[in-house]
Amino acid sequence: MDARQKEQYLREYSIMKSEGKPFFPYAVLKDSVMACIVLAVIILMAVILGAELGPKADPTTTSYVPRPEWYFFFLFELLRIIKPPSIVFIATVGVPTVCMILLILLPFIDRGPERNPLRRPIATTAGITVIAAMAYLTIEGALAEAPGQISLKVPPRYEAGKLVAASSGCQGCHKIGEAGNAGPGPDLTHIGSRLPRQAIARTLINPTAPMPSFAALKQQDPQKFNELVNFLSSLR
Amino acid sequence: MRIPKPPVPNALKRRPPRPGSRPAGNGRAAAAAAADKELRRQEALEQAAEVPISVVGWLDERTGASPFLRAMLYRKTPRGTNWYYTLGSATLFAFLSQAVTGVFLAMYYDPSPSNAYNSVRHIINEVWLGELVRGMHRWGATVMVVLIFLHMGRTFFFGAYKYPRELNWVVGVVLLILTMAMAFTGYLLPFDQRSFWATVVGVNINASGPLLGPYLADFLRAGPEFTATTLSRFYAIHMLLIPGLIAALIGAHLYLVVKLGTTAPPWLKAEKRRELAREEI
Repeated sequence: MDARQKEQYLREYSIMKSEGKPFFPYAVLKDSVMACIVLAVIILMAVILGAELGPKADPTTTSYVPRPEWYFFFLFELLRIIKPPSIVFIATVGVPTVCMILLILLPFIDRGPERNPLRRPIATTAGITVIAAMAYLTIEGALAEAPGQISLKVPPRYEAGKLVAASSGCQGCHKIGEAGNAGPGPDLTHIGSRLPRQAIARTLINPTAPMPSFAALKQQDPQKFNELVNFLSSLR
Repeated sequence: MRIPKPPVPNALKRRPPRPGSRPAGNGRAAAAAAADKELRRQEALEQAAEVPISVVGWLDERTGASPFLRAMLYRKTPRGTNWYYTLGSATLFAFLSQAVTGVFLAMYYDPSPSNAYNSVRHIINEVWLGELVRGMHRWGATVMVVLIFLHMGRTFFFGAYKYPRELNWVVGVVLLILTMAMAFTGYLLPFDQRSFWATVVGVNINASGPLLGPYLADFLRAGPEFTATTLSRFYAIHMLLIPGLIAALIGAHLYLVVKLGTTAPPWLKAEKRRELAREEI
């Protein structure tokens, strides 16, 4: 906006203002009604949805799967989409930081005099695109199974092994049921029908190249290791 | 309004005059006394009515607030101001609700790793209305975030961030970032599994940032590891540092709103009023 356009805006605005109504009581009334609605919504949500309190925090367990608050789901989904560890910081820090800087700089980037959204096609399209992208990522993030969570139904005696598998990061490379990545490791959903129990245990201790060995787990906690093998061989 | 009489023991009550003890045949004097009493009553009432006026006057004489308040309350909002323009004040109201419920939660909350979880349990199970207030604080955060995004969307699509309101947009974005930081620091406080591990991941994400990332993470954790200090640090940030910043910036935000005025809907054009047009000729 050059000086002339600024002048014109200010003049037009002062006319619009002189044609308007006083803040009190007209705007105050609307604001009060809105405040009542906000309070009613908050109380209703508190009464209906409540505020759950899970089990007490236990820093020694590693099997717990964190889920963020829903308005951080889009970040969470970005993390899922961007896989290679070397560029993960782009998803976690890069994208939000760039978005925030762009948001702060918005009035200095878009300095045109036009304000009507219908006559600002670029700004309006960009805005709608960003909203749509965030909505999409939020929904995907909400529907996605948290990494390290296995939804597969197993008999109760295999639950302990399932927890071990979920917390050992198997799903970084293997698919188990609906959850997990399809590669580079083979799908484990029916591994029990392809390999006998002994072979599974042997593979865990002495795996092929990129897979980490579970020999240490067997030494430290043989019971945990056995539960893991039992769980895997139950997948038929 | 009649003030109820205080309960007085019978012995202290004034006896009603015995029949015939009244000064007889002095009707005129009695009437004059009654009129005098009525007059004094009126005077007292008028004086009482003057009290609030004189209090306001006293305050106004010393603060000079009334021209300021008058200018603020009776300033004009542009033609076409509609319900979209209530989103900002609704966000402010959600913040106030968070502040009030937060104060009541802080009365019972204990920010030490061994007691935090139990104090939240105590709030839910034993404190009167504790569950409701905690629910309101928890969902109030969601409502506030949603309202901020709606308010920001309105500002964006109405082009309200343009000249002369650029600075107010910048302040608003900083308020958005601070609100997100509130949501993040508040998430740890119940200290259940979910909040603990989500915060561990969140801080690790901070640590993965270039340059400042590791320092920020160390600051949040109060060291390289999650320790007992971490929780009280989050608590202090959540209830002292950021709310103070938010309150100050809301003040700046509102000052600019009042100074610059709210925008008119972008689809409306100023009508040239007949008398103005005539003046132009």
